[in-house]
Amino acid sequence: MVSKDSKTNFALLREKILGQNGKQYWRSVEEFVDAPEFEEFVKQEYPAHAEEWDNSLSRRNFVKIMGASLAFAGLSGCVIQPAEKIIPYVNQPEGLIPGKPMFYATAMSLGGIATGLLARSNEGRPTKIEGNPDHPGSLGATDTLAQASLLSMYDPDRSQQVTNRGNPATWQNFMSEVRAAIDENRKDGGAGVRFLTETVTSPTLIAQFRQLLTELPNAKVYQYEPVNKDNAMAGARMAFGSPAHTVYKFDQAQRILTLDADIFSGFNVRYIKDFSKGRAFSEEKKDINRLYAIESTMTLTGAKADHRLAVKPSHIPEIAKAIAAALGVSGASSTYTENAQWIQVMAKDLIENKGRSLVVAGDNQPPMVHALAHAMNSALGNVGQTVTYTEPLQMNPEMTQIEMLRQLVGEIDGGAVKMLVVLSGNPVYNTPADLKLNKERLDKIPLRVHLGQYFDETGELCHWHISEKHFLEMWSDTRAFDGTVSIVQPLIDPLYEGKSAHEVVQIFFRENYDKKDYDIVRENWQRQGFASVPRAIATTANANAGATPQTTPATSPTPAATPAATPAASPTPANTATTATTGNNTNQTNGAAIPPAASAATSFEDSWRKAIHDGFVANSAAAAKTVAVSGAFLTQNQPAPASTGELEISILPDPGIYDGRFANNGWLQELPNPLTKITWDNVALVSPNTAQRLELNQNKTQNDMAGGELGTTFVNTYGGNLFSDLVTLDYQGGQLENVPMWIAPGQPDDVVTIYMGYGRTRAGRVAVKEDGSPRGYNAFAVRRSDALWSGTGSVNRTGTQTQIASTQIHFNLEGRDHAQIYDVEEFITHPEVQLSHDEYPKSMYPKFEYNDNKWGMTIDLNSCVGCNACVVACQSENNIPVVGMEQVARSREMHWMRIDTYYDGKDMNNPEGPYFQPMLCQQCELAPCETVCPVHATVHSAEGLNDMVYNRCVGTRYCANNCPYKVRRFNFFLYQDWNTPQYKLMRNPEVTVRSRGVMEKCTYCTQRISSARIEAEKDGRAIRDGEILTACQSVCPADAITFGNLNDEASQVAKLKTDPRNYNVLNELNTQPRTTYLTGLKNQNSQMPGYQAKKIDKKKLGKSDAGKTGENSTDGAAH
Amino acid sequence: MEDIKDIQRRIYPPMVEGEHDFGTVSDRISDLTLKKRTPIGWYIGFAIGFMLLQVLMMTVTHLVFSGIGIWGNNQPVGWSFDIINFVWWIGIGHAGTLISAILLLLNQKWRTSINRFAEAMTLFAVACAGMFPLLHTGRPWLAYWLFPYPNTMGMWPQFRSPLMWDVFAVSTYATVSALFWYIGLIPDIATLRDRAKNKYFKVIYGLLSWGWRGSARHWHRYEIAYLLLAGLSTPLVLSVHSIVSFDFSVSQVPGWHATIFPPYFVAGAIFAGFAMVLILCIPLRAWYNLKDFITDTHLIYMGKIMLATGMIVVYGYAMEAFFGWYSGAQYEIFMIQNRIWTGPYWWFYWLLILCNGISIQFLWFKRFRESAFWLFIISLFVSVGMWLERFVIITTSLHRDFLPSSWAMYAPTPWDWSMFLGTIGLFITLIFLFVRFLPVISIFEVRTLLPEANVHGHQQDFEENVVEIETTKDPSKET
Repeated sequence: MVSKDSKTNFALLREKILGQNGKQYWRSVEEFVDAPEFEEFVKQEYPAHAEEWDNSLSRRNFVKIMGASLAFAGLSGCVIQPAEKIIPYVNQPEGLIPGKPMFYATAMSLGGIATGLLARSNEGRPTKIEGNPDHPGSLGATDTLAQASLLSMYDPDRSQQVTNRGNPATWQNFMSEVRAAIDENRKDGGAGVRFLTETVTSPTLIAQFRQLLTELPNAKVYQYEPVNKDNAMAGARMAFGSPAHTVYKFDQAQRILTLDADIFSGFNVRYIKDFSKGRAFSEEKKDINRLYAIESTMTLTGAKADHRLAVKPSHIPEIAKAIAAALGVSGASSTYTENAQWIQVMAKDLIENKGRSLVVAGDNQPPMVHALAHAMNSALGNVGQTVTYTEPLQMNPEMTQIEMLRQLVGEIDGGAVKMLVVLSGNPVYNTPADLKLNKERLDKIPLRVHLGQYFDETGELCHWHISEKHFLEMWSDTRAFDGTVSIVQPLIDPLYEGKSAHEVVQIFFRENYDKKDYDIVRENWQRQGFASVPRAIATTANANAGATPQTTPATSPTPAATPAATPAASPTPANTATTATTGNNTNQTNGAAIPPAASAATSFEDSWRKAIHDGFVANSAAAAKTVAVSGAFLTQNQPAPASTGELEISILPDPGIYDGRFANNGWLQELPNPLTKITWDNVALVSPNTAQRLELNQNKTQNDMAGGELGTTFVNTYGGNLFSDLVTLDYQGGQLENVPMWIAPGQPDDVVTIYMGYGRTRAGRVAVKEDGSPRGYNAFAVRRSDALWSGTGSVNRTGTQTQIASTQIHFNLEGRDHAQIYDVEEFITHPEVQLSHDEYPKSMYPKFEYNDNKWGMTIDLNSCVGCNACVVACQSENNIPVVGMEQVARSREMHWMRIDTYYDGKDMNNPEGPYFQPMLCQQCELAPCETVCPVHATVHSAEGLNDMVYNRCVGTRYCANNCPYKVRRFNFFLYQDWNTPQYKLMRNPEVTVRSRGVMEKCTYCTQRISSARIEAEKDGRAIRDGEILTACQSVCPADAITFGNLNDEASQVAKLKTDPRNYNVLNELNTQPRTTYLTGLKNQNSQMPGYQAKKIDKKKLGKSDAGKTGENSTDGAAH
Repeated sequence: MEDIKDIQRRIYPPMVEGEHDFGTVSDRISDLTLKKRTPIGWYIGFAIGFMLLQVLMMTVTHLVFSGIGIWGNNQPVGWSFDIINFVWWIGIGHAGTLISAILLLLNQKWRTSINRFAEAMTLFAVACAGMFPLLHTGRPWLAYWLFPYPNTMGMWPQFRSPLMWDVFAVSTYATVSALFWYIGLIPDIATLRDRAKNKYFKVIYGLLSWGWRGSARHWHRYEIAYLLLAGLSTPLVLSVHSIVSFDFSVSQVPGWHATIFPPYFVAGAIFAGFAMVLILCIPLRAWYNLKDFITDTHLIYMGKIMLATGMIVVYGYAMEAFFGWYSGAQYEIFMIQNRIWTGPYWWFYWLLILCNGISIQFLWFKRFRESAFWLFIISLFVSVGMWLERFVIITTSLHRDFLPSSWAMYAPTPWDWSMFLGTIGLFITLIFLFVRFLPVISIFEVRTLLPEANVHGHQQDFEENVVEIETTKDPSKET
């Protein structure tokens, strides 16, 4: 009678229960337990029954387990429950106050470089990522990828179990099969065993591998990642004779030259921090840095540059040589003759700033350019000043990753590989076309193992797939850009039975093979000792950290970085810095309480706890490496890639989903590309001239639709939607079908840029379209090992079009002055300038009185680099839903914060800008939205915010129509996912989850204001300046956003409001916004060809006096 | 020598043609409801309307279940078809009350044969219009929050919002119009009651006629009530559309924020209303052979009013453009340019000018004015034009406002259209039911137009003045 279907059993059970009555009604499970249906039911409920886990019910089961472990752990007694399980409210973590978020230090690494993070945990659930203010790689900021990593952790599409040849299996099954195979391989020293990892900098993993290679001396560990430091390493080898890791100090550099280096888009936000420090302009500091950018595709760096030169990728090595010659690098000569004046003037400027200049080469540039950059820095005396060198951070730097991959492929083809272990990464998808790890190749390997967060293209072709822990679920360690060791600690028990690379590598050992990553990492440090970490000599990281007035998020009044006490971690380190309230203080405490981290007097336990608490090992930055440039490389000939096709094609990682590993992250998919504002897709960029020549996107009516006039717009629209011509793109012998073309101002002529990361065939539901077909094209299908970053090719129109979803379709300012950018000289020569306009005192309504706080914000356009981190931070903090491509195409994206991008200038092939303007609710004093809402759903708060009362909103959308800044967002559908249980855990419990038919918008993170107010009231004090950081402000790597109390004259924001650069957007509407902007500055070299200073309009200069009188009259005349 | 009748006709055109006395008038009109077989055309028309009504039902169901995202509205364009249709229908709903109330107060006798169905049209149009503000909200089940009802939360609507004013204006208008229409119907329903043979009709009409016996006292009270309601309705005609226009002019969107809106909207509403009356009455009088009561003269008068109000509307267009330029304000100037020639919706503007500006110029000519066919065609143009006017004002103003970064395009979805067509279906259905079950023309009021009823009044003045001609009339002409 017993059916295997648990649903049927459930029905039977219910029938049975309902069939009884009176006294026979069962009172407890025990009474009922001998019923066969119940036994079956209980069995089916248990996740050990693997068949349950292979269907859509698995997530439901997951939540049952989660819920059980969180709330009823004592009752669960589930057989597969890992031994690590901790019951939070039985053994309450130290310092935890239910309802109060805790912050734990951890780190995320990408390409082997770590950013230190503070993860916010609400009752054991990580809900927000913040930067670690003390960590040298973060200084409190993060980038978009770190912000969005939270969503990846909760991704219901992550692989949730061990699979063997596609069938569910267990970790025990895996261990027994693989260990048997290893034992087989031990005979020949593991000659057939190959590990393929991504870039490894983790000291523990490196140690594990080193140790493993003593047991299996013939095994090999290879690293491959599509975006890597190969060229930098090779360049250093050319210049110095040995590989070296380069550390830049942008805050020390007055003149910066980038050679196709996008210094603002890398994972390392520290560089943006440092750059904006050098860029900061104030009464006290009027000397700002100058950025020269030579690049092909327009990047954030090019957008921010004071002078930008757009050139073909193939020209950059020769240009670098020309610059080297101009800078006096001995032996340098060039065949490049164009832009001679540009180069001469720029070189003169660099020479004049010897020791305070910096030349940076991009990772996608050939080794020659890196070597030249080293030579130039050396010639300019920058080494030790603005640039330092250290030993490489990654494992086995002697070989480039592409060489390793080539060797691996050779070995596979030769039949030498018996076992391949892919540890994270997706090589089947992202290896170059000529070294593709395709099915044919992999089939030659008898045993293939894949550790990955997704059952992806690689998982599909491997015998064993192990679901990988997310970094928020595991113990590990990694290194920051300067080598500082960062400890990765888990925030939560693995959601899906994941394993870390440490644990997988461990099973290859003869003994002690079944260890947890916590033990592995801890034992490694115990063995190695913190003293042996290379101490930094030249680093100034900690000095800088101390100087930055960054505070940790104010939501927690208790120590910002409370000791690691996650539900998952049984050994809970003690609290070492309970008195510290700000990151600044913590740093001092570090210095005072436990002087040198590795002092002999300090026990390991103390150092270990401190390292976990801080998230990094203090003073562990890599030691500077003394190098000397040898000019010999200048005589080397560069192999030119075989050239076919009339266009040069450049390949870049996608600004949103990087190399494709984040393809299933909705936040990043929907995050607009910083320059084109395209979401959910990758396009190929082409310059306006080339597009015209190739007749791409030239439909005049469509251009008219978007912008009114040809030349003022660069997108196609038709009936409200954006369309783009599809082409067939040939690249170095490979071919890509259906590539949508996009006209990009600032793109050099005859250069097409394509992006990696799309075209995923096997990924979650987000990464593919609704019908299961891949989103976008797959650049890895044509990328070749001999032309990884650029090469030649051609495009052919297919005659068809596709729809593109973009959040902005008009990039022309139309002569309006919303985004104001002026030459820095204007503010030096006219210190009296006041761009802030007068307020018109007349109003029908009584003036609001603010006796207590009066919140306000400034956004410094001079600092903002347009990196989008604030957009994702806002989305994460405020539970903002993802709407999907089709809804974005209908202009219904929900981002409360957006970065408006405007181009200026007459020639769209060589535009001025783009300029970035973060736009969010301006919290107007005389808010147009407030007066038109018929139900009082948006009201003025006592502290000057425009509060949104979601519960009261009926959704007339009148407020959005009347908002001149168009920052209100409407839930046209039920965009929020109310069902997926993981997302319920992820959301910020302090913020309402909005439903369908409701208007929403930014409220200056009012939940953060509230918690700060509660703390202040408990202490009987006023809220301190800087105690509240809005989500966008705390994440901003450029420190562009300042928030605070305008009633407090000493507050930073109040001071900035009096800055001459301060101005209101749409002042003439008299909305009196609370959010004001500080104009962007250009620090252009007046010697440059075509120099034209961006002067302040005479009318505006005149207006400033009127403005002052106007302000004076405001006080009395209002009624 | 000119016939006295011709002169009389020329100066005071009769409002009832043909040979009629009280009895024939009552017969003709009441028979439509009670005796005549329902024409096959009625079934066809009703079927079309009823089918479209089902489209409305389907759309509303989908709308309430899925959200207004099924429409094309988006981020800059928060309102489009929803509010366009609302304003369009409410505009159409103006002619009825204008004809009933203002023309009554102005003693315009010609109103009597058209006021009944014009009022019905008003009611039905207001019903169609009223659906949109309700359904266009994100959470229509909470739209009652716009009413100031006592509640435990102590929450009141916000009286500064024009949408709030709308609620009062439209609901008052609907109530007064309904009362006005119903009170005017009572004597006629009583007539139907008296003449009905069918038992059910007798009962229903009996209930609806509230015991009307036609006594002098009844008539006296009726006249006073009707006059009072007319007095009450008159300011409403002007206020409703003024307040609807405040939805736009109180905001600060360029293209909405204009002081000219209230009079310009009212004129437009009357314009649209008369066009719709013509669209309805021209086929009606043809199919039901009511040319005796709805005479060519009626059509000519309505044509003239259309021309007059249409010219006011055209003046409004000119002034909008002029003030856009004259303001010197960057955004206003851009808005005008964008609306008229540089923007993607420029052709909507020129279509609007064609429909509302050019087409009515033909009404200057007798040939068009006196042709029912051409009047019908021009009225169709005007109806389309008035819809386009709202599109131009609402959508093209919103799609490009202050920050170019937020500009976007609007395109309607099939659900936008089905909602619009559905309300047309509702309108047609209600009109056909009305035609079938109630007297489309006021029986008792038409009777007052007959010479028998006019032993006094202006007819008498005329007779006094032309008494000499009267004496020399040719008896042969009297048939």
